[in-house]
Amino acid sequence: MLKTFAIGGIHPSDNKLAANQPIEYLPLPQQVVVMMSQHIGAPAVSLVEPGDKVLVGQLIGEGKAFMSANIHSPVSGVVTKVDMCRDIAGMPKPAVYINVEGDEWLSTIDRSPEIKYECNLDPSQVFDKIKEMGIVGLGGATFPTHIKYAANDDRNIDYLIVNGVECEPYLTADSRLLVEHATEICIAIDIVRQARGIAHAAIGIEANKPEAIALMTQVAGRFESLEVVPLKMKYPQGAEKQLIYAITHRRVPSGKLPIDVGCIISNAGTMFAIYEALQKNKPLFERVVTVTGKGVKTQHNYKVRVGTSIKSLVEFSIGEIPGSVGKIISGGPMMGKAIFNLDAPTTKGMGGVLIMNESESVRQEETTCIRCGKCLNACPMGLEPYLFSALVRHERYAEARQRNILDCIECGSCAYSCPAHKPLTSEIRLGKAKVRAMMPKK
Amino acid sequence: MLYVSDSPHIHSADSTHLMMWHVFVAMLPMFVVSILFFGLSALIITLTSVVCCCLFQWVIERFVFHRPSMVGDGSAVVTGMLLAFNVPATPSMYWIIIIGALVSMGIGKMAFGGLGHNPFNPALVGRVFMLISFPVQMTTWPVAKQWISGQVDAMTGPTPLGLIKETIANGGTIADVSSQLPSWGSYVLGSMGGSLGEVSALAIIAGGVYLLCCKVITWRIPVSFIGAAFLLSGLLWLVDADMYLDPLHTLLSGGLLLGAFFMATDMVTSPMSHSGQLVFGIGCGLLTVVIRTWGAYPEGVSFAILLMNAVTPLINKGFRPKRFSA
Ligand code: SF4
Ligand code: SF4
Repeated sequence: MLKTFAIGGIHPSDNKLAANQPIEYLPLPQQVVVMMSQHIGAPAVSLVEPGDKVLVGQLIGEGKAFMSANIHSPVSGVVTKVDMCRDIAGMPKPAVYINVEGDEWLSTIDRSPEIKYECNLDPSQVFDKIKEMGIVGLGGATFPTHIKYAANDDRNIDYLIVNGVECEPYLTADSRLLVEHATEICIAIDIVRQARGIAHAAIGIEANKPEAIALMTQVAGRFESLEVVPLKMKYPQGAEKQLIYAITHRRVPSGKLPIDVGCIISNAGTMFAIYEALQKNKPLFERVVTVTGKGVKTQHNYKVRVGTSIKSLVEFSIGEIPGSVGKIISGGPMMGKAIFNLDAPTTKGMGGVLIMNESESVRQEETTCIRCGKCLNACPMGLEPYLFSALVRHERYAEARQRNILDCIECGSCAYSCPAHKPLTSEIRLGKAKVRAMMPKK
Repeated sequence: MLYVSDSPHIHSADSTHLMMWHVFVAMLPMFVVSILFFGLSALIITLTSVVCCCLFQWVIERFVFHRPSMVGDGSAVVTGMLLAFNVPATPSMYWIIIIGALVSMGIGKMAFGGLGHNPFNPALVGRVFMLISFPVQMTTWPVAKQWISGQVDAMTGPTPLGLIKETIANGGTIADVSSQLPSWGSYVLGSMGGSLGEVSALAIIAGGVYLLCCKVITWRIPVSFIGAAFLLSGLLWLVDADMYLDPLHTLLSGGLLLGAFFMATDMVTSPMSHSGQLVFGIGCGLLTVVIRTWGAYPEGVSFAILLMNAVTPLINKGFRPKRFSA
């Protein structure tokens, strides 16, 4: 029996159309727009001025606040402006505009393909380096990695969990990394595990990636206390709390963090970035992005310099965007965000661009709840989505809070399952925001 | 032009319409069997019932609620079929079923606001109304055509349960009537006295399995319903086999299977959580045996389910899903 999480879950078809497409390099764009906030927390503070020449990997934004992250130039060239740009939702965000000239890297970055096993940094240096290199969680949450591993936290941590699940349909960036860079990922896990003094490390991979499981198991065997855990295919297997339960049988209590049950969890892609940062001195300025969809002829996994516009990425991938396209999503279909502004730049957290046909894009009209209980039985958190829907519509937020609306991880399983096509997740999101607004400020 | 909406951006193939369609398909074996055994009258009753249910819903939505009709979702068709399957195939039902359909849709469903808002299974509301208003017609049963044994003439006979109730009320024992109870084979294939839909256990179970496979229902309500009825009747039977019917006859008679697979599982009127569904099923099973054994009517399934429908909101409150991060 494959391991999995405790309750609920759904089985959308996984549509990993790009699963067998090796990672390709996207040609350099003519201009990049590097957002100063590609992470949770305060934006980085720009260190450059118009006219400055920058190299690939040069620090251009400093994460000064406690919760922030460094930003490095993804290209070489000339800074043209330091100004606002618009993100995928059309919201203004501070950014540095750079005109690309050549491809000149900082000399400190080791660009050789050779795999480096030895790490001669001592533990605190490891995390300083992770901070310096601007590493953030690449699974989508973009939480600054050095804060997560903050070594001065005295809680006992005995499990380092690596998320290689990629349970979102369509996305294949992580599974490609697992197949193409298994050794590097294992090296990073091993270094981080030892530096943080964690007893066990485990990497969870869903059973729909047998190639990755076989390869990782073989490679992981060469490292100490590193286990590969094949997991049942079920969404949301890759959600933090669900993955921790599947691997350790521990339940993260409501309102608590993985660290409260002795776990730290990082994405497999983040581990690859950590490898490059520690062993190759390479800051995080590029990542793998899956460009896929049922309506497009070619499926790709690109290595993309952050700051490349989404439009140029899509157009390079599929050519002119056909009229049959109805929606373009940053991320996967379950939790990704529909892109309003295609000119927005790519960011560290963007793992996929999903192109949907017009026919897939329109929500069906909502009908009355038939009290079938599908939403409630799909919910991995054991909540009552239909009830939240009614409570939110009647603005009974106190009751919603009492029924633990804040436990919701916004996985979308309820709305996915509802035969009445009720926008349950959207309503719950609204309810959560209202409940939070009502709560006393800490 | 691109659409923008929040996640999730995909949806399962499920829809209310599709679920109703599955229920419809699941009832086809019963429909076919009822026509085989009762002939044209089964066809007339079912068609009348379905047409009337749809018509009444449409009229009420159009002229009372002034809103576009939802007849297209198929729930009225399902109610119509279930209603027909719960009456005897006699000519007097041709017009009584129209009244049943009116009560089902008018009082059972639309009075509460339509599909999703009704606390009671509409088909059962209609059935119980007919049972109380037309007790004679509703309990005069044609024996199905004995095509296995070659007899073709329909004749009137009491249902097994009615027979037993009467005998025991008159001071007899079950042994006195056991020769008149249908054979096991006729239970399974059909050809015993009873309503349209309940003559063949095989057809009901086939439909039930189909519903399970399509994930329209879960196993919890039918299994706990049947299991509880089996256990309680088995216990009584062990205590006194003369006074109490054996558990197998209990299960195979009086529409218990039809109720367990098709009526109690109505999603609108049954609990949502897994534990709640078990409680609901057990309640239905126990009440059915209690009503049959000690109540005034020989058959208890409809009343048991309606009673449990009434406490469903309470069950939903008391048996919530288990919270993951409690
Ligand atoms: S979105 Fe929230 S309520 Fe809906 S299934 Fe996921 S966790 Fe449960
Ligand atoms: S899945 Fe939809 S129709 Fe079913 S109970 Fe939940 S909200 Fe109601």
